[in-house]
Amino acid sequence: MASLTSPAAAESFTSASKPALLSIRNVAKSFGKNAVLRDVSLEIAEGEFLTILGESGSGKTTLLRIIAGFEQATSGELWMGAERLDQQPPYRRRVNTVFQSYALFPHLTVEQNVGYGLRVARRPDAEVKRRVAEALDKVKMSAHAAKKPSKISGGQAQRVALARALVNRPQLLLLDEPLSALDANLRRQMQVELKSLQREVGIAFVFVTHDQEEAMVMSDRIALLRSGELEQIATPREIYSRPATAYAAQFIGHTNLLKADVSAGIARCGSLSWPASLADGPTLFSLRPEHVRIAAGISGAVRVHARILNKAFHGGTELVRVECADGLILTARIAAGTVAQREIELEFSPADAVPVRESSERN
Amino acid sequence: MELLVSGGSNPVSRSGWLGVHVVAVFGFLYLPIVILVLYSFNGQGVGGFPPRNLTLDWYRILFADSAIWDSVFNSLEVALAAMLIALIFGIPAALALDRAQFPGKALFRRLVLLPLILPGIITGLSLLMLFNFAGKHLDLLTIILGHGTALISVATTEVFAGLQKLDRAQEEASLDLGANYWQTFWRITLPNLKLSIIGAALLIFTLSMDEIAVSFFLIGRENTLPLEIWGRLRRGITPEINAVSTIIFLFSLAAIVVWYRLRTSAESRQDS
Amino acid sequence: MFSRAYKMVVTVPPLLWVTIFLLVPYLLMFCYSFWTVSASQTIVHSWTFDNYKDLLQKPVYWQTLLRSMWVAARVMLFSLALGYPLAYFLSFYAGARKDWLYQMVIIPLWVSYLVRAYAWKTILGSDGVLNTLLQYVHVTHHPLDFLLYSPFAVVLTLTHIYTPFTFLPIYAALEHIPRNLVEASHDLGATPAQTFWKVIFPLSIPGVLAGATFAFVLSLGDFLAPSLLGGPSGIMISNIVVSLFGAAYNWPLGAAISLAMLVLVVSLLVVSERLEKKWSFS
Repeated sequence: MASLTSPAAAESFTSASKPALLSIRNVAKSFGKNAVLRDVSLEIAEGEFLTILGESGSGKTTLLRIIAGFEQATSGELWMGAERLDQQPPYRRRVNTVFQSYALFPHLTVEQNVGYGLRVARRPDAEVKRRVAEALDKVKMSAHAAKKPSKISGGQAQRVALARALVNRPQLLLLDEPLSALDANLRRQMQVELKSLQREVGIAFVFVTHDQEEAMVMSDRIALLRSGELEQIATPREIYSRPATAYAAQFIGHTNLLKADVSAGIARCGSLSWPASLADGPTLFSLRPEHVRIAAGISGAVRVHARILNKAFHGGTELVRVECADGLILTARIAAGTVAQREIELEFSPADAVPVRESSERN
Repeated sequence: MELLVSGGSNPVSRSGWLGVHVVAVFGFLYLPIVILVLYSFNGQGVGGFPPRNLTLDWYRILFADSAIWDSVFNSLEVALAAMLIALIFGIPAALALDRAQFPGKALFRRLVLLPLILPGIITGLSLLMLFNFAGKHLDLLTIILGHGTALISVATTEVFAGLQKLDRAQEEASLDLGANYWQTFWRITLPNLKLSIIGAALLIFTLSMDEIAVSFFLIGRENTLPLEIWGRLRRGITPEINAVSTIIFLFSLAAIVVWYRLRTSAESRQDS
Repeated sequence: MFSRAYKMVVTVPPLLWVTIFLLVPYLLMFCYSFWTVSASQTIVHSWTFDNYKDLLQKPVYWQTLLRSMWVAARVMLFSLALGYPLAYFLSFYAGARKDWLYQMVIIPLWVSYLVRAYAWKTILGSDGVLNTLLQYVHVTHHPLDFLLYSPFAVVLTLTHIYTPFTFLPIYAALEHIPRNLVEASHDLGATPAQTFWKVIFPLSIPGVLAGATFAFVLSLGDFLAPSLLGGPSGIMISNIVVSLFGAAYNWPLGAAISLAMLVLVVSLLVVSERLEKKWSFS
């Protein structure tokens, strides 16, 4: 099944904004009989923050490693500008990686770690010192320059790994779930810092994560991978409000999936019905919980009477699970503390029910 | 992870000079053994090239040699006894090093492990002086004591490694459920060390069968197999020695394959 | 995890054994080294430094000691040169065959020392396999003498014996290196050769030190190979000690030399351990 956002569509998106830096064309990768990536194509624009999002097993890390050069694609090509990237060994690519486990060299100091790439390229001593100092300053690790990796914390190691990669001024920076080892607060802080750092240096970042919230916060665009194929590629806003498939709708944020039948312009799901100008036939609709409000009598809204099953407190809002008359279960997001009774009247606008494709079965 | 260096899928060809080196080293390591085995069938005895007149004569002579058989039985006796000593004292030593704190622990650890790296002559001579001073005559017992002392270090090292892999939570669970320290040791700790102990026993047995340096100084009237062979070598080479060497080689081969299987099954058990 | 009784049972027996059969013998050796042997071949318990004076002043003793150290040094260097690339290949290039190749390296270790030394004797002799082969293919016309009964034979045989010994700790150290460090180095632009010298080798140094110490110390104290293959020019210090406890009957002098060896070995071990610690980064 081809990706929803076809290469053509994705291209139009990028070329509208910025020129393509890296072109991934029909890349597939199998380990023995196990197909980890199947026919993935996408373009990465210069200076953009692209997140490759997916569950474990989706192939996202493999794709990153192929770009970095640690794996060879079974088929397909990588082009950077006018050059074929996939035929070059990792040490010749103008691509640098921030590893999930940071991979700092334990026998070198922070300063020596950061300067490694420059020294290997035989840059003059004075230049190396200057650029290393700049890089350390950018990640606020100047005070720890002489320490060995065993003496710094996880968060600090992460910054050093970042500096070590950026100091080489790569054309593309790859980040392999770099924040997964940090605790929640530090993680949030680093998300903000990374984003502003990226804006500052203007280098394209390709960020791999399984955390959809993280992806939403940081990215210019999100590429959602499932079972080795590109499910959808779009801006966070776009992917949230117009998910292409049921999987995309469920993976990113919460959603209600309504199995409805459309005939003569009306969608019917159990006892609910609303106007939908679509072709006849069974159709899946995605309805976000925040679009399911407490009934206020708005014209055109679809009214639902339901019984509350349970409530989950989320600070400012509550996620309420309700059961409708015909057994349909819905999730609604309402302001916290507004509902005390067992029965509730809800409504939603037909425009918020977004038709999505069924995601095909893949092994 | 494949180390990307250049094209090609065969590890040997991919690595160029390194591959050549590896093949050469393996050749160097195995060449003498191969020649030894080959010439044990050589009618003309040792030396000369190429080997001719393949025969089993030397093996026949070997099997009729009563002195060799006597020394084999002596060696077996010594190896079994040494194995017992090494395990009986080595397992507690490993436990002590892993878990207990006591004054002089650092010195104790060094002493226990010293025979591993010390040339056998020093261990052998120091024990000789002990026996001489104490007025003990040299016989199989002194050899047993010598082997045991030298090989405790092997038992300790293997069991210690096994203890490191042991999950403490299991023992704590046992205590939590009401077993005391002794019961926990017999029911939980020891069974978990089974593979380490068997591996250690196998290693100790093999090392004892081959031991010369320590035995050299502690030998009485009865020879062990290596010393019997040694004695004959001093007198001149006979192809019979090739035959017995080949047999020793085959036994060692079997022993290491068993030992390695045990090791890897222990490790895979760990992962599952 | 210990009651007092448990602790006692676990520590006392090994402590006792080690005291009786290791500590006391070394102390006895210490004492013997200060005694002398009388003309009637009995050991006299009078205390003197004479044995140590002999060791330091008589050329036959200290020259042999130095020569032995030179042999040991060569064995150490050659077995490192053979063993390190082998370990490197297994760890980084062997892939799926790694396990099997590892077994192949260990097997010679388990084959009797005596058997292997004897094998070299049959190969290197003037009627041996090598000489007859060389003459058979007309590379030489008469047997090469230096092959056997020379320091060359001793160094060759000991290198053969100890290469697997140096291989083991180096292999363990290389296996310990996280592979993502190699990837990171490549990622930052270093070629495989640069990666080896800047990342892999420094992190493998503790293994190299352990293997080198092992090979050096065990070669230094070896008397079997020199005895079988060394001839008069290949005599090492341990052979002298053996004869002092045998035909030459001078136990005190033998004890002194042994003690000197013991002190030398222990000092090397201490130095090696310090260096290993300095170079370990985990």
